[in-house]
Amino acid sequence: MELLDLATRIESRNIVPDMRGKLAALLFFEPSTRTHFSFDTAVKRLGGNSLTMTGTGNTSAQKGETLSDTLKTISQYADLIVMRHVVEGAARFASEILDIPVVNAGDGTNQHPSQAMLDLYSIQKTQGKLENLTVGMVGDLRLGRTVHSLAQALSDFNPKFYFASPGHLQMPRYIKDELRQKGIIFEEIQDIKPVMPELDIMYVTRIQKERFAVLEDYLKLKDSYIITKKFLKNVKSNFKMMHPLPRVNEITKEVDDTPYAYYFQQAKNGVFMRQAIITKLLKLNW
Amino acid sequence: MKKDKLKVDPIKNGTVIDHITAGKALQVAEILNISSSETEVMVGINLFSQKMGKKDIIKIENREITQEEANSIALISPTASLIFINDYEVVKKYTVEIPQEIKRHIICPNTNCITNVEGVKTKFTLAGKSPIEVKCSYCEKKYSIEEVKFRF
Repeated sequence: MELLDLATRIESRNIVPDMRGKLAALLFFEPSTRTHFSFDTAVKRLGGNSLTMTGTGNTSAQKGETLSDTLKTISQYADLIVMRHVVEGAARFASEILDIPVVNAGDGTNQHPSQAMLDLYSIQKTQGKLENLTVGMVGDLRLGRTVHSLAQALSDFNPKFYFASPGHLQMPRYIKDELRQKGIIFEEIQDIKPVMPELDIMYVTRIQKERFAVLEDYLKLKDSYIITKKFLKNVKSNFKMMHPLPRVNEITKEVDDTPYAYYFQQAKNGVFMRQAIITKLLKLNW
Repeated sequence: MKKDKLKVDPIKNGTVIDHITAGKALQVAEILNISSSETEVMVGINLFSQKMGKKDIIKIENREITQEEANSIALISPTASLIFINDYEVVKKYTVEIPQEIKRHIICPNTNCITNVEGVKTKFTLAGKSPIEVKCSYCEKKYSIEEVKFRF
């Protein structure tokens, strides 16, 4: 909640945190455009500087250096590390071995917590609250880490979930177990259309081609959900459609012009939330 | 031979692990790294038990099992009890307890977990007691106890 409040105050320019003289290392071992740019923008809007690494092509990792050594070395230069890595648990490991703060910008198919925070921020902005909302999650719920983090984050606010996913791409068992333990009501469905009038938020994710070993498996599932304008006929007035982006064809372009499309504002909110995260971790003055 | 005669001899000094879930004795022996030790070990499998119907039992000469080792056994046999013997006398007894946090001993089945990629020591938390489930503190995946392998 502190981060949501900080993001609100940063967006409204109620506070202007000062990161001058500080350096953030943005280590994207796994390529990313949006998250990378969003963090970089956040650092620069705070007045800080950034070091950037994308992929492992130009680093010692290719020479056989361990991740541990790479991180320990870079932590000698920077005040903060933001990292995305294809290996699950990499950021948690980094936070254990380093003396500077580490932000997980995505670890394999596991978590993407800064995305979850910006998603919470977007939901609060559009709904005026986080409690007691009905949220539909659609698409690749198994390999799409954003939905894992968001489901966990929202579970503190008594939501009702509908999970619609094709084939084997269902929400992982450990997330469902956690929800059951917290007494959260959720339903796994095939067709999202009948529940559209109930939803406050619909969170759509892409079927991620890069996470399939066999192309044919991807082709079979890629068009499972395509949200068109027709889906929006009977939605609530407060209904908003979110997407972590990039999208392929799961939301048609005609939806962009409706008042329900919120994904581009959502991306903008990401900068405010990441400014808030950096502000808190580096204890920046304002 | 009389029917009620003990099927395995008593030990003079050491540890008896009793009430092991039937069929799990060899796995327990593996966890305790007994096969490579030089002490005398007796293993009984599928013995009659009034309490459990069938049980396994292990008697280890001249070795006192530590609390940590005993609690690792609990992961695969939560019913096991330990009896410490000194000069044929029972000196201490206790039932194993499943620890809330298990360090090092479980290998994460997720090949994309940092513990398998970078050789980081594993850390699991107990996620469920019945059935026993454990959760990797790094990749956050949850597994039933049958799905994991041990390293001692």
